[in-house]
Amino acid sequence: MSQSHRLETGGVLVDRTRQIKFLFDGKSYSGHPGDTLASALLANGVKLVNRSYKYHRPRGVVSSGPEEPNALVNLGNAGTHEPNIRMTQIELHDGLDATSQNRFPSLEADVGVLNAAASRFYPAGFYYKTFIHPRHAWKYFWEPVIRRIAGLGKAPTHADSAQYEHTYAFCDVLIAGGGVAGLIAAKAAGEAGARVILAEQTERLGGRLLVDDDAEIDGKSARVWLEETIAALEAMDNVTIRLRTCCSAAYDHNYCLLYERSGDRGEAAQVRHRLWRVRTGRVIAATGMIERPIAFNYNDLPGVMLASAVRDYVKLWGVSPGEKTVVYTTNDDGYRTALALAEAGCTVRAILDSRREPDGPLVGAARALGLEIRPNTGIGKAKAKRNKLASIETVDFDNPEAPGTTIECDCVAMSNGWSPVVHLYSHSGGKAMWDEEAVMYRPDPANPPRGRDAEAMVHVAGGAHGALTTDAVVAQAAAVAAEVLAELGMGGTAAVPDVSATAETPTHPVWVTPSAGKAALGGKHFLDFQNDVTVADVALAAREGYESVEHAKRYTTLGMATDQGKLSNINGHAILGKTLGKTMAEVGTTTFRPPYTPISFGSIAGRETGNLFKPVRETALHGWHAARGGDWEPVGDWRRPYRYQQGSEDRDTSIHRECLRVRNTVGVLDASTLGKIIVKGPDAAKFLDMMYTNMMSTLKPGKCRYGLMNNENGFLMDDGVVVRLDEETFLCHTTSGGADNIHGWFEEWLQTEWFDLKVYTANVTEQFTQIAVAGPKARDLLNSLDSDIDFNALPFMSMAEGTLAGCPVRAFRISFTGELSFEFATPVSFGLALWEVLHAKAEELGGGTYGTEAQHILRAEKGFVVIGDETDGTVTAHDVGMGWAVSKKKEDFIGKRAMERSDLTRPDRKQLVGLMTEDPTEVLPDGAHGVEGGKAIGHVTSTYFSPTLKRSIAMALINGGQGRFGEVIEVSTAKNKTARAVICDPVFYDKKGERQDV
Amino acid sequence: MLLIDCPCCGVSGEETEFAPGGEAHIVRFGPGSSDAEFSSYLFDRKNPRGVHFERWRHAFGCGKWFHMARSTQTLEVFGVYKADVTTPPQDILDRVEAAKAEGRVK
Repeated sequence: MSQSHRLETGGVLVDRTRQIKFLFDGKSYSGHPGDTLASALLANGVKLVNRSYKYHRPRGVVSSGPEEPNALVNLGNAGTHEPNIRMTQIELHDGLDATSQNRFPSLEADVGVLNAAASRFYPAGFYYKTFIHPRHAWKYFWEPVIRRIAGLGKAPTHADSAQYEHTYAFCDVLIAGGGVAGLIAAKAAGEAGARVILAEQTERLGGRLLVDDDAEIDGKSARVWLEETIAALEAMDNVTIRLRTCCSAAYDHNYCLLYERSGDRGEAAQVRHRLWRVRTGRVIAATGMIERPIAFNYNDLPGVMLASAVRDYVKLWGVSPGEKTVVYTTNDDGYRTALALAEAGCTVRAILDSRREPDGPLVGAARALGLEIRPNTGIGKAKAKRNKLASIETVDFDNPEAPGTTIECDCVAMSNGWSPVVHLYSHSGGKAMWDEEAVMYRPDPANPPRGRDAEAMVHVAGGAHGALTTDAVVAQAAAVAAEVLAELGMGGTAAVPDVSATAETPTHPVWVTPSAGKAALGGKHFLDFQNDVTVADVALAAREGYESVEHAKRYTTLGMATDQGKLSNINGHAILGKTLGKTMAEVGTTTFRPPYTPISFGSIAGRETGNLFKPVRETALHGWHAARGGDWEPVGDWRRPYRYQQGSEDRDTSIHRECLRVRNTVGVLDASTLGKIIVKGPDAAKFLDMMYTNMMSTLKPGKCRYGLMNNENGFLMDDGVVVRLDEETFLCHTTSGGADNIHGWFEEWLQTEWFDLKVYTANVTEQFTQIAVAGPKARDLLNSLDSDIDFNALPFMSMAEGTLAGCPVRAFRISFTGELSFEFATPVSFGLALWEVLHAKAEELGGGTYGTEAQHILRAEKGFVVIGDETDGTVTAHDVGMGWAVSKKKEDFIGKRAMERSDLTRPDRKQLVGLMTEDPTEVLPDGAHGVEGGKAIGHVTSTYFSPTLKRSIAMALINGGQGRFGEVIEVSTAKNKTARAVICDPVFYDKKGERQDV
Repeated sequence: MLLIDCPCCGVSGEETEFAPGGEAHIVRFGPGSSDAEFSSYLFDRKNPRGVHFERWRHAFGCGKWFHMARSTQTLEVFGVYKADVTTPPQDILDRVEAAKAEGRVK
């Protein structure tokens, strides 16, 4: 098929010298550069482009812009696939491949159309009414059925191959919309020296002036004025013009999002979509208006279009949407479409006008051309042949039951007046008000969205403000620009161009066209084309008590589709008001929420995908571990080796080898991720006494003390060894994931509560590599190295500073394995060197590395708790048997008062115990519940097979557990399965601690 | 997204650069306080629809805590001030009163 509907002349946007081949549903068509997918398909006579969401009704293109509810396609393949794209916004390009949605097997023969036959079983609120009972019917019957027949485009199956990015910008004035109002405002702001960003969602500037060019501006034709104005703006360095860029949102404090479709035209673009994050002094929303459709019987047939869209296709793209068109209008503007069609040589069968006495220059021009005008008449019914509009039947508004005239036509151009696009005004709380005279919601100047200093942050210019004619648009836009510039202190006068525009007479809106007989109920008078919501649905919702506009919306799904009711909301609210006997102002409107049109997930993600999603923190030894079988475990943002795999051994084999190595010879562990916070100052000791449950002020320089930290609720939040480096300096170790939080916690108290204390803190976690050397041969290992530290003399829980194998170190004699153990902190630049020496020596002694899982088993054998395993934010120091670490002498510390609360001193709280299964080989599942008399009495917090003890061990929090040693309880291990386990002391190995203190 | 001025380092930054810290000027009750006092310290917050004195930290900046007076309704900011005070400064209170007089906040 070769562009059968391309007009001989016209089409200011298309380049007829070049052909573009594209695919729709696998079939090849041709169009021209400048076409949209919609205009190209219409040029090829393709009218049926989609099936509706609910009833699978045949649907065609309705509009020519972002308000399009019907013409959604799947665009691209595999890595470029994107569903639900409006073909009215897709610029035609070589290789474009689009498929229609929501049909099976094809658009022409869709089996889902059976839904339509059953449509009386799908009333408003269908989902609410149907799926309440019986519950299992949803899972086994309704969901599978509905998933197959409903839905929009297909979800992508491949990873997105394109690249996306975010960019940041700042300006004084952000202008949304490059129509005549936007251009006037941009020119005024640009000339005043303001930094201006002008964002236009299409690929062209000029807006409706490109089509409705019957006005003269400053004595020039619209076209000449437009060219001169654009050239002037392009010459200004302080004005940035972005095409294909939609101002999606105006958020708090003048923060706006621009969505730029920079690379959607087939060529190898580096960035497909770009999200602009803009802070602006003011927003001028020059977002124009959207034409309203008219509800009449079968108004959803392919061929029924907005009047403005029909003339856009004729004048912008040189396409005739129909051979024979009926114009159905409630205002003068609809006559422009009739005139454009007539001028292009298309047949206008009739102009039906809702008004009794249409008059004015545009009506006169139509009369002069001899076009038939029928006042007080509408379309009673549209009829289809082969899924397309074939004829209409007129209806006399005064006598709807009287038989009308049948007029054969393949296109209806409808106009029910215009609605200002107030979205940006409303996104951050601005209100819209109903203007009864102009029949539209427009911005309420008394209730603007306010910015940080209570200024009105969004100003509205032109059509978006309700200005209908070019002269009104120009005057209003110039006034708004002057007002904004005055507010910004950049002058306050903008030249108002002299405009001569065609005068228009008032509209007489038609919210629903009367029909004869049963059709009068409105069951096929569609309001929301995308969600298949009819006049009857909204009326039913009102009758069933969904009187609030927000309730009716959710009950009927009116305006809840991807187009967010751009065409349907006002008409729907009018029907609601009519049914309830309320005025439009009383009905009110729903809230507009960003984004204005859907934006891609890719643009939201930007570059924050894959490795850049969340950067990994690496210790100085990361590469060494990776090269030696390190099996990573995420710990906070770090990666730690869970175990080191040798050959193809399984996890348990590695872990058991590593455990026994530490118990029998010597192991080395990368402990660098442990938090290290320096707390320094004359009041450091006093401060730490408040932060820890134990007394830190009595710690002697050079000594270490295990400390517990509470939150103000009295629950454990972190633990670690505190080292007093000197009288005024402490080094606080924290858990691996907790360093940043605890540092923040210290700072919060110092800055906001005890700001009189003389204390500084510094998080030095990443400045040091920390290495643990643990096992009975640890001292042998260290003594074989060159060092000025006497490892034979360094007592347990002490610290020494010196050098080891040429590296500066702090040596801590502390143990988290229960073995003789030393930890060394060395500046990261020495980390790898020290590690390699220690590791080589360990191997000489029959030892080697151990990973985090071996560390966890070794500490569990000793009954040492891990914050986050044994604790969950509801566990106290007493609960885990560490009452010894809670000072009774201190007057106050964080959480002390909370620990006095009656619930925290109950004797039957969950308390930490050990569990030994009667079957020593059975390892309890982590988190398994202890059960007694059918009730849970606690849960397992840590559970392992202990290679040292050659049996399973577990730690658990059990109600009143510390008084129940020796009792046997049941632990649920699977559905209807339990294991018997003895409650015991959680210290399974070396209860006296003789191995670590030698 | 709020635009916040840090009174400590003077930088204006995006809200994401800062961490909120809830209501400001809460008096801490420790050992010796009654259950009612302690419960009010831990749990009772005004959560107003209107003027809110709140704590923020310039978490991804200078790291300092500070206070901000803000309308939770319109997001108007009346001012920022340092953390080491127990009551808001008079000029900010004056601005709040002016906004109330103009009917912008309750």
